[in-house]
Amino acid sequence: MNDLFILMKAEMAVTAIIFLLLFIKVGKGMKNEALLPLIQTLLLVNFIAGFFFNKPGHLFGDMYHTEQGTVLLKNILSLAVYLISLVCAGWLKRTPHLAEFFLLMLSALLGMFLMISSGNLLIFYLALELSSIPVAAMANFDLDKKRSSEGAMKMILSSAFSSGILLFGISLIYGTTGTINFASLPAQLDGSALQVLAFIFLFAAFAFKLSVVPFHLWTADVYEGSPIATTSFLSVVSKGAIAFVLLIVLYHVFRPMYETWIILLMGLSIITMVVGNLFAMRQQNIKRFLAYSSIAQVGFILAAMINGGPAGFAAVAYFILVYTFSNLAAFGVAAVIASQTGKENVDDYKGLYQTNPFLTWIMALALFSLAGIPPTAGFFGKLFLLTAAGEEAAYWFITIAALNMIISLYYYLRVVRAMFIDKNENPLPPVKTGPAEKLGLIICGAGIVLAGMLSWVYDYIYQMIK
Amino acid sequence: MDIYGYIKYLLFIPLLPLAAFVLLGLFGKKYAGKYAGIFGTVLMLAATGFAIYTAYSYFTTYSGGSYPRINALSYTWLKFSDTLSIDMGFMVDPISMMMIVVVTLVSLMVHIYSLGYMKGEERFATYYAYLGLFTFSMLGLVLSSNLFQIYIFWELVGVSSFLLIGYYYNKPSAVAACKKAFIVTRFADLGFLIGILILSYTGGTLDFNTLIVNLTTDGSASISSGVAHTFLGASALTWGAALVFIGGAGKSAMFPLHIWLPDAMEGPTPVSALIHAATMVVAGVYLVARMFPIFAITVPAVLEMIGWVGAISAIFAAVIACTQTDIKRVLAYSTMSQIGFMLFALGVSGYGGEAGLGYTASMFHLFTHALFKALLFLGAGAVIHYVHSNEMKDMGGLRKFMPITHITFLVACLAIAGVPPFAGFFSKEEILLAAHHHNPAIYWIAIITSGLTAFYMFRLYFSIFWSKPHHSHHTHSHREGGFAMMLPLILLAFGAAAAGFIPFGKFVSSNGQPLASHFDLQFSILPVGIGLAGIALAALFYFRQNSRPDKASAAFGTLYKSAYHKFYIDELYLFITKKVLFNLVGKPAAWFDRNIVDGMINLTGNATQKVSAGIRKMQSGKVQQYAMYFLGGVILLAIIFIYTRK
Repeated sequence: MNDLFILMKAEMAVTAIIFLLLFIKVGKGMKNEALLPLIQTLLLVNFIAGFFFNKPGHLFGDMYHTEQGTVLLKNILSLAVYLISLVCAGWLKRTPHLAEFFLLMLSALLGMFLMISSGNLLIFYLALELSSIPVAAMANFDLDKKRSSEGAMKMILSSAFSSGILLFGISLIYGTTGTINFASLPAQLDGSALQVLAFIFLFAAFAFKLSVVPFHLWTADVYEGSPIATTSFLSVVSKGAIAFVLLIVLYHVFRPMYETWIILLMGLSIITMVVGNLFAMRQQNIKRFLAYSSIAQVGFILAAMINGGPAGFAAVAYFILVYTFSNLAAFGVAAVIASQTGKENVDDYKGLYQTNPFLTWIMALALFSLAGIPPTAGFFGKLFLLTAAGEEAAYWFITIAALNMIISLYYYLRVVRAMFIDKNENPLPPVKTGPAEKLGLIICGAGIVLAGMLSWVYDYIYQMIK
Repeated sequence: MDIYGYIKYLLFIPLLPLAAFVLLGLFGKKYAGKYAGIFGTVLMLAATGFAIYTAYSYFTTYSGGSYPRINALSYTWLKFSDTLSIDMGFMVDPISMMMIVVVTLVSLMVHIYSLGYMKGEERFATYYAYLGLFTFSMLGLVLSSNLFQIYIFWELVGVSSFLLIGYYYNKPSAVAACKKAFIVTRFADLGFLIGILILSYTGGTLDFNTLIVNLTTDGSASISSGVAHTFLGASALTWGAALVFIGGAGKSAMFPLHIWLPDAMEGPTPVSALIHAATMVVAGVYLVARMFPIFAITVPAVLEMIGWVGAISAIFAAVIACTQTDIKRVLAYSTMSQIGFMLFALGVSGYGGEAGLGYTASMFHLFTHALFKALLFLGAGAVIHYVHSNEMKDMGGLRKFMPITHITFLVACLAIAGVPPFAGFFSKEEILLAAHHHNPAIYWIAIITSGLTAFYMFRLYFSIFWSKPHHSHHTHSHREGGFAMMLPLILLAFGAAAAGFIPFGKFVSSNGQPLASHFDLQFSILPVGIGLAGIALAALFYFRQNSRPDKASAAFGTLYKSAYHKFYIDELYLFITKKVLFNLVGKPAAWFDRNIVDGMINLTGNATQKVSAGIRKMQSGKVQQYAMYFLGGVILLAIIFIYTRK
C-alpha cells in the first residue's frame, strides 16, 4: 500500500489538485483573481515535487510501471502545464469557469501520466481517452465563439474515429499474439501481414494525435478556433506526451518490427516536414502559422526516432523540453497580444518592436529557437535530433531534413522581419503584460537561452534515460 | 608552462567587445547617448592591446623547431562518450595569433572611423553594440579550438552581420540585401554542418588538433573507415572535406555563392570595411587554412578543387569589377577577386617545406589585403560622405578637396595593384611564385587577373580624384571629414605601405616551421610589368574625361554588357528560385491547398446545401473529409507495408 502512494506519486499529486479544485468549485467558489495564483502555486509545487522521492517499480501486475525515464518525462509535462498557467494568465483570468478549465486540463494531464506509465495496451487505451476527451471540452471554452465550438466538434469527431482505428488495431494484436502486455508482446511478434496491419492501425492513432501528415487535417482548425490556453496545451503538452509514448511503444514493444517502422518513420517524417513547411509559409493567422510550424517540428521529432537507442530517446526528450520553452514563448506573446487587442494576424505584428520591445524580443527568441539558429537551444535540439538520425547513416534523409530547416527559416524570419523591420504607421499600441505573464515569458526566454548553453541539461536527460 | 603566461590574457580579447555589446545594447540608448561610440572604442582599444601583446609574446617566446599549437583554457562542455566530447577552448597557433591582430586592428580602425562617419545617426549606440557583437563573434571564430565551436561562432558572425547590413532598416534595399546574405550563406552553412558531422564521425573527434592527427596519419583507423564508406563514388572523407569547404565558400563569397556580397554593400560603409574586407569574408580562407593538413595530405582532390574555385572566382570578379560604376560594388568584386587569390594559393600549396609556399603566401596576402582593402573601403566611405553618392559619374577631380583621402587611397591602389615596394606586391609575388611552381594554368589566370586588378583599381582612382576639372565641386563647402575619419586612413596607409617588409614566412607556414622567404627579381618583372600596363591603360582612359571608355565598351560589346550585368548570375538564381522552385514546388502546394483542401470544403458544402444551410455554415462536412484522409492514409500505408514486407 505504501508502494502505491510512492510509485504513483505523480498521478496522486495531480488527482489531489483535481479534487481540491472540485471542492472549491462546489463549495463557495473563489474569485478568479485569487484562484489563479493558487492554481499556479499548486502547479509549481507539483513540478518541484516531481523531482523528489522517486522510486522505480511496477504495480497491478505490470499494468503500471515507473522508472527514472518516465519520471523525467512527467516532469517535463508538469513544467509545461505550469508555464501555460503563467503565460496564458490574461485569458485565464477572464474566463468565467476557471476552475473547470483546470479540472479538464489536469484530468488530461493525469491521462498522459498514466499513458506514459502504462504497461498494457488496455490501460494505454483508457489513458489515451482520458487525455483527449477533456481537451475537446477545453477547445470549446470560448463559449461565445462559433469557431471554438466548431473546433471542438471537429476534434471530438476525429478523435472518435482515430480511437476506433486504434481499438481495431489493438484487437488485431490481441488476436494474433494472445497478449496485450507490453512485456510479453515483443516475443510474440513475428511480422505477419496481419500484425503489420495492426501496427499501422496503432501507429495511425499516434500519428493523428501528433498531427503527422496525412493525419493532420484537424490541427489548424482546432488550433485557430480554440482559446489560446487550449492551443498551447494541445501543441506542447499533448504532442510531447504522445511523442514520449510513441517512443516507448516503438522501442520496447515493437522492437522486433524495427525494419518496418524505421522506413515508415522516415517517409512520414519527410512528408510531414515538407507539408508543414509549405503550408506554414502561406498562413496569415499567427495561431494557424504556429500550428503548421508545429506540424513541421513533429517531422523532426519523428526523424530522431529512427535511432533506436538511448541517443534517440534523449534527443527527443531534450527537443520536447526546448520545444516547450520556444512554443510557449511564441504562444504566450500571441496570447498577451490577442487578449488585449484581439489581433492575431502576422500583418498586425508589423512594427511591433517600436511599441512592445519586450514582447518582440521574446517572440524573436522563440522564433529563432524554433528555426534552429545557434546559439539558442532550438539549434541544439535540432542538432541532437539530426545526429541521432545520423547514427543510422541515413545521409539522404538528413540532407532533406536539413534543407527543411532552411525552408522553415524563411517563414520564421518573415515574422521577425514584420516585427522589427517592416514599417507601420499605426503599430499595435503598447500592450500591458501582467506579472504572471511576464514571469512565464521570462522563464521561457531563459529556458531558450540556457537549455542550450548549460550542457548539463542534456547530460541530465541522457543520464536519466540511459 | 611559465613561458605561456601571456595566455591567460587571451580571455579578455573576445570578452571586451562582448562587454561592449551587452552594455551598449542594454543601457546604451538611455545612458551613453553620443558617448556610446567613445565607450565602444575604448573597450576595443583595450582588446587590441591584449591581442597585440599576446601575439607578440607568442612569436617572441618561440624557441626553434615548430611553432607550438596550444589548446588553451579548454574545458569539456558536453561529453558524448569517452572519446567524443565537445570542448570549448582557445586555439593558439601562428594563424590564430595573426588573425586576432588583424581582426582587432581593423575593428579598432572602424570603431574610430565610425565616430565621425556615423555621428548623429539616430541609433548610434545600437550601431556600436552591433559592432561589438560582430567583433566578439569573429574573434571567437578565429580562436575556436574545435569544429563545433567554430560552427557556433560561424553562425553568430552570420547573425551579427545580418544585423549590421540591415542597419538602415528603413531602406528596403538594405533589408533585401541582409536577407539575401543571410539565406545564401545559410545554404552554404548547411553544407558546413553536414561536413562537420561527417568529419567528426570518421575522425572520431571534433577537436582540430586531434582531428588533424587522426585524419593525416597514414593507415590510421579513421582514414580507412573514412575511405571505406562511399557515397556517389566519393569517399566519406572527400565528401566531408568538400562540404566543409562549401561552408567556407559561402562566407567567402566564392563563385557561384558570391551573389550576396555586392548587395551587402547596402550596409553602412565602415561596416563593409570591417565585414567585407578584412574579417568575415576571409573566414572561408581561414577555415581551409585551419584544417589545411587534412586537405593537403588526405584529400588532395578537394584541395585542387579549392584551387580552381579560387582561380575562377578571381578572374570572374575582376572582369565584372572593370564594368561597375558604383564604387562600393567595384570594391566588393575586387574583394571577391582577392579572396580568390588567397584560396588558389592554398589550392596550389603542398604540406611542409618549400612546397608549402602557397600556404604562407595565402596567409600573407590575407594579412596585407586586410590592411589595404579596409583602407580602400574607408576611403570610399569618406568620398561617399563628401559627395553623397556611390556613383562614379558624380565624382571626379576630388584630389584638391580631399588631399588626405586622395593620398591614402593612392597608396592602397598601388598596394593592391602589386607595385613595389607596397605591401600587396610582396604577398602577391609569393602567391604567383607558388602558382608558377605547381599549376601553370592557374598561374596564367592569376597574371591576367593581376593586370585587370591594376586596371580597375586605377579606373576607380582616376574617376574619383582626377577625370573632371576640380572646380565642378565648388558647391561642396564642407571639409573632407574630421580627425576621427582621417586618423584610421593615415594609420592604415602606413600599414599598406610597409607591411610587405614583414618576413612573414618566419612566422606562418604550413607545418609550423619557419620558411625563409626569398625573392626572385627576374620572376617579378612580368607581374609588375602587367600591373604597370594596367595602370597605364586606366590612365589613358580615365585620367581626363574622354570618349575612349565608351568606344572600348562598344568594341567589347556583348562581353562588356554581360560583365556589366555580372554575367547574369543573379538572374540565373532568380530564375531557379522564382520560376523553378516556386512553380514546381510552391505552385502545386498552393494549388493543392486551394483546390483540394478548400475545394473539398466547397464540394461538401454544395452537397450538404441540400440538407441544411445551417450545417453548411458549421462546415461539418469537412470532418468527414478529414476522416477520409485519415482512412486513406492508413490504407495506403497498410498496402505499402504489407506488400513490401519481406
